[in-house]
Amino acid sequence: MEKIEKLEQIASQVRRDLLRMIHAKNSGHPGGSLGVTDLMVCLYFDIMDHSPENFSIDGKDQDLFFLSNGHVSAAWYSVLARNGYFPIEELGTFRAINSRLQGHPTTAEHLEGIRIASGSLGQGLSVACGAALAKKLNNENKFVYCLMGDGEIEEGQVWEAALFAKARKIDNLIAFIDFNGQQIDGTTIDVMGLENICDKWKAFGWEVMECNGNIMEDLVDTINRAKAKAGNGKPTVIVMKTEMGNGVDFMMGTHKWHGVAPNDEQLQIALSQLDETLGDY
Amino acid sequence: MKYSFTEKKDTRSGFGAGLHEAAKSNKNIVALCADLTGSLKMNDFERDFPDRFFQAGIAEANMIGTAAGLTIGGKIPFAGTFAAFATGRVYDQVRQSVAYSNKNVKICASHAGLTLGEDGATHQILEDIGLMKMLPNMTVICTCDYNQTKAATIAISEHNGPVYLRFGRPAVPNFTNPDEKFEIGKAQKLYEGNDITILATGHLVWKAIEACEELAKKGINAELFNIHTIKPFDAQTVLKSVNKTGAMVTAEEHMLNGGLFDTAAQYVALNNPVPMEAVAVMDTFGESGTPDQLMDKYGLTAENIVKAAEKAISRKR
Repeated sequence: MEKIEKLEQIASQVRRDLLRMIHAKNSGHPGGSLGVTDLMVCLYFDIMDHSPENFSIDGKDQDLFFLSNGHVSAAWYSVLARNGYFPIEELGTFRAINSRLQGHPTTAEHLEGIRIASGSLGQGLSVACGAALAKKLNNENKFVYCLMGDGEIEEGQVWEAALFAKARKIDNLIAFIDFNGQQIDGTTIDVMGLENICDKWKAFGWEVMECNGNIMEDLVDTINRAKAKAGNGKPTVIVMKTEMGNGVDFMMGTHKWHGVAPNDEQLQIALSQLDETLGDY
Repeated sequence: MKYSFTEKKDTRSGFGAGLHEAAKSNKNIVALCADLTGSLKMNDFERDFPDRFFQAGIAEANMIGTAAGLTIGGKIPFAGTFAAFATGRVYDQVRQSVAYSNKNVKICASHAGLTLGEDGATHQILEDIGLMKMLPNMTVICTCDYNQTKAATIAISEHNGPVYLRFGRPAVPNFTNPDEKFEIGKAQKLYEGNDITILATGHLVWKAIEACEELAKKGINAELFNIHTIKPFDAQTVLKSVNKTGAMVTAEEHMLNGGLFDTAAQYVALNNPVPMEAVAVMDTFGESGTPDQLMDKYGLTAENIVKAAEKAISRKR
């Protein structure tokens, strides 16, 4: 339990970071970022075998993470900085001119921790397939993780990758779907009739697991069970129920905060709900 | 004739042979194909390196993304399909996952242009060079015969960065020296002359050779370059030639917009404007027909290169 509490404390700081980053530039995506914070903290501070101090693009003999829905970059940047990939102070440059912390993640600015650009949706799972195949060719017994949004799986390329991963037996790949049920124009049901997500992936031959993506203990337990299934010839997807805006009461239960920054007053209310556990940047 | 050939061979077979040869010495080379392994001549690679070959199915977007991911693990992926599906269909994937991310992916595109033939305009892409050359970080290569395509395939395996390699379906004269090393970004001089600069790429190179022979009979000494690399463009060599000859003609199996002409014309217009003429497809889609019939109908002929050269020369002051 001590581990879970520690992870939750880190997540509280990451939520503070990302809200302050987005507020500072009056630009960014707080809702989705808050929803996936727990997963990113769980992966980078507990699950993954990785070397923040010796970053290399190839990440040889390390687990890799790919963020396909690049708009939740603020959460990822905070997690990477809090891991030691780059200086925490650099979070203050998010979305500014001449910054390495671009609105959507990119390799063009050589920011440690980023291995490919994402932003245009639907591409990350294919990239993760390639990286996972390379690990197999290199005889690296490591995992490749990929996070997608639920609205994102409306992109056709995701299903090309789903077919491919099963056909090529990419079983060192664990994908996550951030199932918050919201997208820009409304709910995923209203916009695109996105029902029975688990059944869709099962029909594509994937190992399908579910968890609550905002309960740290559930995340840790589910991912460890997914890892234990590796090597069975099937890729795994974890459909992770989350809440947009999780951690800030007035941002939860609505898609209003997808791409809107909090104002000064809203930021203060939000921060009052999140403990400063590691010190603000 | 200064140049001769003993047989006609398809450029795509040059790609297949080059890929197989490069893969023998470099185990990091991997290949992907979108259900066109035979058409791309990738069978030998698949047979001899089955663990390094990935059937991608009819799912080109995923193939490009997977190729980008393979580079992250140090692999050198050659992703093969028809040019129409390797560019227009997957432009956003090439743009974000390959070019912007500067990944070492080799996009290998066969059946480019009109000479794909009977399948018609859906498959005859004439915009691919333009699409690819607009992307920062991308190298764009269009080879002229079997030997050169083989050499280029080996050369790009040794080059770190995204590459678009364009080749074609029909058998064409195989005349370049099989032992000549392929130099990315270097214009290949085929004739020395003072009266006109002719730039040709791909299947139009042999037609330009025929045109130069015809022009010589008329007393016109053309300087011919094979521009096998559209980007980076060998502007220094071309401008030096144009400064000498005072006129330029380009010849390509591609749309005028976005092709060799507009790359060359940009440099000439900015540095030393001289009369320019172009042999290219003029803002129209292709159609079904044999490769020869199509090249004739759309004006991509040696005869039209001769006419264009004479016209450009007549416009000199």
